[in-house]
Amino acid sequence: MPKDHGIGASPKRREDVRFLTGAGQYTDDINVYGQTYVHFLRSDVAHGRINSVNTEVASAMPGVVRIFTGADFDGIGGLPCGWQVTDKHGEPMKEPAHPVLAQGKVRHVGDPIAAVVAESLEEARNAAEAIEVDIEELPAAVNMKAALAEGAPKVHDDLSDNLCYDWQFGSDQADVDAAFEKAAHVTTLELVNNRLVANPMEPRVALGDYSRANDESTLYTTSQNPHVIRLLMGAFVLGIPEHKLRVVAPDVGGGFGTKIFHYAEEAFCTFAARQINRPVKWTSTRSEAFMSDAHGRDHVTKIELALDAENNFIGLRTDTLANMGAYLSTFSSSVPTWLHGTLMAGNYKTPAIQVNVKAVFTNTVPVDAYRGAGRPEATFQLERLVDKAARELGVDPIALRRQNFITSFPYETPVAVAYDTGDYVATMDKLEEMIDRAGFDARRKESEAKGKLRGLGINCYIEACGIAPSNLVGQLGARAGLYDAATVRVNATGSISVMVGAHSHGQGHETAFPQVVAEMLGIDESMIDIVHGDSSKIPFGMGTYGSRSLAVCGSAMVRATEKIINKAKKIAGHLLEASEADIELKDGQFTVAGTDKSVAWGDVTLAAYVPHNYPLEDIEPGLEETAFYDPSNFTYPAGAYACEVELDPETGKVTIERFAAADDFGNVVNPMIVEGQVHGGLAQGIGQALLETCSYDEDGQLLSASYMDYAMPRADDVPFYAVDHSCATPCTHNPLGVKGCGEAGAIGSPPAVVNAVIDALHSGGHTQVTHIDMPVSPGRVWAAMHG
Amino acid sequence: MQMSDSRTIQAPRDMVWQAILDPEVLKACVPGCTELTGTPEDGFDAVVVQKVGPVKATFKGHVTLSEMDKPEKLRLSGEGKGGAAGFAKGGADVTLTEVEEGTLLSYEVEAKVGGKLAQLGSRIIDGFAKKMADQFFQNFQDAIEGPSDPEEAPEVESGDGHKKGWFKRMVSG
Repeated sequence: MPKDHGIGASPKRREDVRFLTGAGQYTDDINVYGQTYVHFLRSDVAHGRINSVNTEVASAMPGVVRIFTGADFDGIGGLPCGWQVTDKHGEPMKEPAHPVLAQGKVRHVGDPIAAVVAESLEEARNAAEAIEVDIEELPAAVNMKAALAEGAPKVHDDLSDNLCYDWQFGSDQADVDAAFEKAAHVTTLELVNNRLVANPMEPRVALGDYSRANDESTLYTTSQNPHVIRLLMGAFVLGIPEHKLRVVAPDVGGGFGTKIFHYAEEAFCTFAARQINRPVKWTSTRSEAFMSDAHGRDHVTKIELALDAENNFIGLRTDTLANMGAYLSTFSSSVPTWLHGTLMAGNYKTPAIQVNVKAVFTNTVPVDAYRGAGRPEATFQLERLVDKAARELGVDPIALRRQNFITSFPYETPVAVAYDTGDYVATMDKLEEMIDRAGFDARRKESEAKGKLRGLGINCYIEACGIAPSNLVGQLGARAGLYDAATVRVNATGSISVMVGAHSHGQGHETAFPQVVAEMLGIDESMIDIVHGDSSKIPFGMGTYGSRSLAVCGSAMVRATEKIINKAKKIAGHLLEASEADIELKDGQFTVAGTDKSVAWGDVTLAAYVPHNYPLEDIEPGLEETAFYDPSNFTYPAGAYACEVELDPETGKVTIERFAAADDFGNVVNPMIVEGQVHGGLAQGIGQALLETCSYDEDGQLLSASYMDYAMPRADDVPFYAVDHSCATPCTHNPLGVKGCGEAGAIGSPPAVVNAVIDALHSGGHTQVTHIDMPVSPGRVWAAMHG
Repeated sequence: MQMSDSRTIQAPRDMVWQAILDPEVLKACVPGCTELTGTPEDGFDAVVVQKVGPVKATFKGHVTLSEMDKPEKLRLSGEGKGGAAGFAKGGADVTLTEVEEGTLLSYEVEAKVGGKLAQLGSRIIDGFAKKMADQFFQNFQDAIEGPSDPEEAPEVESGDGHKKGWFKRMVSG
């Protein structure tokens, strides 16, 4: 029987009550007395030299408090990048300045030129129209290949060219070359991983406040990691020490990575509030979000697989151009390198792997992590390539994968990571059962009878989550540790507040985390609340991204709870006049082993706060413990996905008929939440595969900046999913045995969709079609069929 | 985007040339133009109100005439700034050729938009630009010849029995 509480149960999400009844408290719901509003005047050219910005007329307009330009930020730090990548020559990446407001040049459509602070938003917008900006438009670097060509327009004049870094990683060159020399077959594929815009439901908001009374700044912001923002903005941009800077990220309506980063608007509102001694609020419009939220993906890749005569994978090499956009966003440099190259082994025992990545500056919005961050790019190219190889060799794509699976663990890949555990055969077996592979031929015949083509696409994926071991990522260039922290505060009555460094913006932490503590203590979940998102309430935390919250912060919470149990047992031992070693905790009762002598959880907590009868000489009163947890390895969720499409050869329209996901997330705390996470990830992956793309024209004008032109997936674009996570191999190195489930759906689904489309086309005789770039729109399919 | 087209205007080439240089004609012909001042030598300052898809804006811009080869060829180029709506810019190479019916006016237009116009209107901008160009040259033809649809405006019979546009009336009496 399924559990009804604790780990493994599926209580409904308690936070949904407030979200669904309009009681959520989002950043835009926060208003502070005396608040002003800022409107950013943004560049509408992709690249230009700022000759002058005249604010004289605008400054005199009604309601204007002050207008800021780049000159106001002379001597103020720029927005920092959190990860220094070292190139293949041992040189650090190029790291151009990223001013809060543009100085000298504008480098992408949306680059902020001036900020008008006024009594109302309307007055700020009106005054912005009156600012006279003289910008000399310059030729723009938009396409990555063109941006690297000799004589291309330079995004940053102080750099020698637009190359941020040329990175190489993996096996020795000689081993890779040897594999390709002796290969019986080489499969090559060139593809694009399309640029995406994350589009969280809630656009970004920042509200800066300053208290002259204690010289303290507060920033309310839509962030996935308030402490990271405090660190980056306080230390690198504005020079405010931590004890004078509070960052609050209240309810956040979706992040998907794009709310990890420290943005100019956050620094501006905090800075301006100090300057004018009034709160300053910015609320992004959807149009602004398209041109100021960091974008995702945007890789162009050539990948080659060497196979021996028995179809064993013997070598893999990749060559990728990765778009950085105009500036280095917070974690942008790490995405195409360490979050991508380290996953190139996939689920396969390929012995020699080499990854080459050139990161390129262009006059486009900065690109950074988006749900999966580097791992979807790795998975897509590898799993498309394996599918193409199977087709070229005339072998079954599932059999080819099975033949090359890693089957013994731990397994050290040639790309620097060690998979602790996994069972790829089990997830593939499960998948074949879920998708009813045996019945596929009959379904294909049914489709063909209707004049349609039907295709089945299968792929595997692996990702590295639970980011990350600090000592390892430090060696790789991370400028921060990636541990997390939790404080378990037990109150006198036995109720508990758990302050966690992870931030919940859709993940359901407020429901799942108490299940863990409740299970450990044997008390009811309703006695436990999660507190998150406020640097003044939480001891510390590195936030939520990379499917890390439960694996890293949850582990800190377990450690802190263990400390609570240890101390509570001492108190119980005193109350029961027994040795603490003999005290057992079960179902919220402390019992002397082998006796019926016991005290309840509440008796112990009360004694801790009302220590009339208490071992004061041995232990302190109170019951509150903090733990920091730094993982010893990444976690490696993995699985196998299948997609079945129907394709209308008349129009090229693809519809997804069936989709199955067999995931290994290790142990699962709340299966319902996990299923929801997978559903959401699948929708985003299917969106990337069939619908979404962010387009620029050759001048760097952003063309898809509204929902008229940027096609988000809707309910009728996705099927009912079959989702399973029963093939669990628990993580071996964290106390919960969990791996993380937040990104898998978005990582694993795009290749399944495209593989299915290619399969459908081949079944219809269109065997010349070996690849179609995403989004696989009807136009592209039709063109490929008739190309 | 780029496009080209041509139309025959029933008027002598010199008259067509003169019309192109006339600010009053230009003002009457540019769709949505509310103000236009200046000279062919210094160029014209113009204010144009237009709605592109969901974006309505007042564009302030400057139009210059260049590469003038009287009475055969010239280039019209301009840029309009629409504040928060973004900008539009473009040029038209106009060639006038004498033909039996009058003058063949050929044009090659290239137009670009930026900012919000590009972001919201990219799908419709080609159609919009074509419509603008068609309207401009139709207005221009009407200004010289008189409206093609006699219901649209009262026409004045001229001595030779042809209807006349207001510009033709003005210059030919």
